[in-house]
Amino acid sequence: MKQLACDVLVIGSGPAGLAAAWEAKQQGAERVMLLERNDELGGILPQCIHNGFGVREFGDDLTGPEYAYRWIAKAHEARLEILSETMVLDVGRDRRVVASSRDHGLVEITPRALVLAMGCRERPRGALAIPGSRPAGIYSAGTAQRLVNMEGYMPGRRFVILGSGDIGMIMARRLTLEGAEVVAMLEILPYISGLRRNLVQCIRDFDIPLELCTTVAEVRGRDRVESVVVSGVDEQWRPLPGTDREIACDTLLLSVGLIPENELSRMAGVAIDPVTGGPYVDESFCTNVPGIFAAGNVVHVYDLVDDVSENARIAGRSAGRYVTQGAPPEDGSVRLLAGTNVRHVVPHTVHLSRLEQEAVVLNLRVRQPIEEPVRVEVRAGDEALVSRRYRYARPSEMIALTLPSALASRLAAYDAVNIDVIS
Amino acid sequence: MYDVIIVGAGVVGAHIARTLARYQLDILLLDKASDVGEGTTKANTAIVHAGYDAKPGSNKARFNLAGNAMFDTVCRELDVEFDRCGSYVVGVSEEARATLEDLYRRGLENGTPGLELISGEEMRRREPGLTEDTVGALYAATGGIVDPFALCYAAAENAVANGVELRLETEVQGFIWEGDAIVGVETNRGPFRSRWVVIAAGLWVDDLMHEAGLEGFTITPRKGEYFVLDREAKTAVQNVLFPCPTPVSKGILVTPTIHGNVMLGPTAEDIEDKENLSTTAAGLNEVMTGALRLMPQLDARWIIRSFTGLRAAGSTGDFLIEIPDEVQGLLVLAGIESPGLTASPAIAEHVAAMLGEAGLPLVERPDFNPIRHGTPRFSLLSREEQEALIAQDPRYGRIVCRCETVTEAEIVAACHAPIPARTYDAMKRRTRIGTGRCQGAFDTPLVLEIMAREYGVSPLELTQKGGASHMVVRRTKEVAE
Ligand SMILES: Cc1cc2nc3c(=O)[nH]c(=O)nc-3n(C[C@H](O)[C@H](O)[C@H](O)COP(=O)(O)OP(=O)(O)OC[C@H]3O[C@@H](n4cnc5c(N)ncnc54)[C@H](O)[C@@H]3O)c2cc1C
Ligand SMILES: Cc1cc2nc3c(=O)[nH]c(=O)nc-3n(C[C@H](O)[C@H](O)[C@H](O)COP(=O)(O)OP(=O)(O)OC[C@H]3O[C@@H](n4cnc5c(N)ncnc54)[C@H](O)[C@@H]3O)c2cc1C
Repeated sequence: MKQLACDVLVIGSGPAGLAAAWEAKQQGAERVMLLERNDELGGILPQCIHNGFGVREFGDDLTGPEYAYRWIAKAHEARLEILSETMVLDVGRDRRVVASSRDHGLVEITPRALVLAMGCRERPRGALAIPGSRPAGIYSAGTAQRLVNMEGYMPGRRFVILGSGDIGMIMARRLTLEGAEVVAMLEILPYISGLRRNLVQCIRDFDIPLELCTTVAEVRGRDRVESVVVSGVDEQWRPLPGTDREIACDTLLLSVGLIPENELSRMAGVAIDPVTGGPYVDESFCTNVPGIFAAGNVVHVYDLVDDVSENARIAGRSAGRYVTQGAPPEDGSVRLLAGTNVRHVVPHTVHLSRLEQEAVVLNLRVRQPIEEPVRVEVRAGDEALVSRRYRYARPSEMIALTLPSALASRLAAYDAVNIDVIS
Repeated sequence: MYDVIIVGAGVVGAHIARTLARYQLDILLLDKASDVGEGTTKANTAIVHAGYDAKPGSNKARFNLAGNAMFDTVCRELDVEFDRCGSYVVGVSEEARATLEDLYRRGLENGTPGLELISGEEMRRREPGLTEDTVGALYAATGGIVDPFALCYAAAENAVANGVELRLETEVQGFIWEGDAIVGVETNRGPFRSRWVVIAAGLWVDDLMHEAGLEGFTITPRKGEYFVLDREAKTAVQNVLFPCPTPVSKGILVTPTIHGNVMLGPTAEDIEDKENLSTTAAGLNEVMTGALRLMPQLDARWIIRSFTGLRAAGSTGDFLIEIPDEVQGLLVLAGIESPGLTASPAIAEHVAAMLGEAGLPLVERPDFNPIRHGTPRFSLLSREEQEALIAQDPRYGRIVCRCETVTEAEIVAACHAPIPARTYDAMKRRTRIGTGRCQGAFDTPLVLEIMAREYGVSPLELTQKGGASHMVVRRTKEVAE
């Protein structure tokens, strides 16, 4: 097998991989390599042809491909070694990576530091176990997005969209603009699961009927989808008898959640948080395996690409420093636990010596929406160490909370602190 | 004019075709579907049964045992994945002890080798995830698991390679008669004449029997619903586990598949519509409840797919394989429900012998080649073998299905195999694309592109499973290339 060597290897060239690789190079890592299985770079961005990317990162309202292009240009400028159409098949605990490509066959690379940036995948129909037949015309929203925006084919004419994730909402608008009919968007929860701005710009502006607390109880049709039976749900999300209604359509799109893509991480012995679906990480985005870092949607699903780039830079910087300065000394750390109404917090742990040097931004998601002012608090027992007000808290909008450096000395007294969101 | 027309290219028809291909005969294999094995053969539990539960003296018992014994050879010749891993019937209540003993005795009577009654503790040692209520089990050393799709298309491919003609999307709608003799079939693609017509039409056999003027036999479709679990579940399930059977079914199994997933099911519900392959909320719920009774720690989050199979339950309760007295030139196979997959190679031998006795000249073909080589499966090879393949054909280096690690070369090979995979589902059964945890979300656009290129058609013409099951319906506005 062909052997290659490098300092930092990044798997995945989405916004996370690009930013991590670029930043590792800035830190002085000499040979930084980027592996991507697709023929184009940019991860999911090339198919996101709508705008709304990069307002924070570049101060410009860009489309997905434009945002990707800016980063790709930076990557080339920084002379990153890029192998596209190269699929990573295997990663060992020792960071030994095996990848396959048409041009180079199998290659084996053992970098001094590794950044996992494989993104996420969409939850399929099977995971929901929707009863009914199995005709053609059932797609996840992201697959439909690729077919329409990149391949130039319409997957159907009359759509029902299950789930109100961002990709689903954006596709509702895209399909309408392409001359298809979107007859309903259904959401099982009492609130939408994507961003408010997408609700306004993609659903309301296009008069797409949105029904909350509703799900697809059955798919009908032999060759193609012919209709779906939709139904209201009870508190346990089970279809409510007597609320059924049949909607004629030829396509069912699913926008029912993203799952971080961590098969490779598991092979490498990286421990995965069952709540986020991504690795347990510290403030430097280091996993439990020394020298293996994680960036972007592989850690937890972000809503905005700007946040992905920002956090991925931290991962890239840590990987770069790991190579140039060696592993940081093991010292005291505190665990951050998801407390009241918090689904998860990233990072999972913070090293105090590093917090002393630099503030750490926590990203968290709430379980339940609270449409009134809330407090986000870091608590140890009865004591609130940090407390900040926010106008509201919604599961679809990640909350960022800064831990100031000054807090390090006070945290030293605890093994773990709770993060709570309370009204 | 053919010597034999076989109606139905399920696992039974395919094996009959392959077996008859040994002789100097002109053979036509017909199926109304867009691929071979689109009937019951594509949706079952895929277990090579040991043969302890069929009624002694029945055709089911006879052909189950004979078929089971042929599997090592058949699967080696046809390059089909098969694992003789053994199987267990697990008792989880005091009453179950008696059932297990009955099964054991019946198995001995049937001549099933390798049966053993084991204790509950021993069973739980072999399968630690089993319920604490486990009281004992029947172990059958000759049980196994197989790739049921491959068992069918490999046999059909080998038949085609040995001169059998295959016509898909060709539906038999009636017979050509000369007096009391059937001398061919009428189809949607015109008439085909033959000396013999063999009906292996699964669920539809009773309709064709009626058409042939034969009375009395009916098929009741019996629905079986299933869940397929992610490979991750394989960490929790090692063995083929049956619960104790009931009069209508073998109960909800928990079993590994030959491809490393875990399967739960099937239910058993009599229905009317032979095309109703839908799953139901009640059925799927029963699958999970039943499976949890054996393995309480199964995680519903492992579910990646559900599906339904229809058993062709015959009114006699046994396989019916006969040349009816009333009609000449006709051989029918009816009620080939479980263990039909297991029995299929033995049924085929028997059918050949019956035809020979009835006067069909069976002269061996000197150039008959029983060996079929499948396309190497990249994901199953060692790194050295993978490298060698990529060196030969760089398309082995391009991974198209991320979850199952299927390469472009495998897809291209399936487009040019003796029986080309013309639909997405056919491609799925040949290569395993789209069968993993993302269920085709990643590969679909790539596979459409490759298939369109290889067949020289537009993606608009490609279907999921024939008929009107198109995958994309029109172009968007013209996009700049
Ligand atoms: C379908 C979809 C649509 C989205 N739409 C929007 C949107 O409109 N606006 C918005 O702000 N955010 C959107 N997001 C979220 C946004 O795209 C993500 O926040 C961002 O792309 C995540 O970046 P990433 O680099 O972590 O992952 P990705 O962009 O997914 O990149 C991961 C990369 O890793 C590669 N990869 C994975 N496994 C391997 C392997 N084994 N070998 C080699 N390469 C590998 C993949 O091919 C991919 O290129 C969307 C996400 C999805 C899934
Ligand atoms: C739920 C379930 C679980 C099972 N589990 C097992 C198991 O674990 N082990 C085991 O050994 N067996 C099992 N079986 C049984 C096994 O699957 C069947 O016995 C076997 O697949 C039957 O094959 P076949 O070729 O007879 O029928 P089919 O596969 O149904 O083939 C019949 C073919 O005939 C074609 N056809 C019908 N009418 C016409 C027409 N008019 N013109 C042209 N073509 C026509 C159909 O398209 C079809 O392809 C199971 C069955 C079910 C349903």
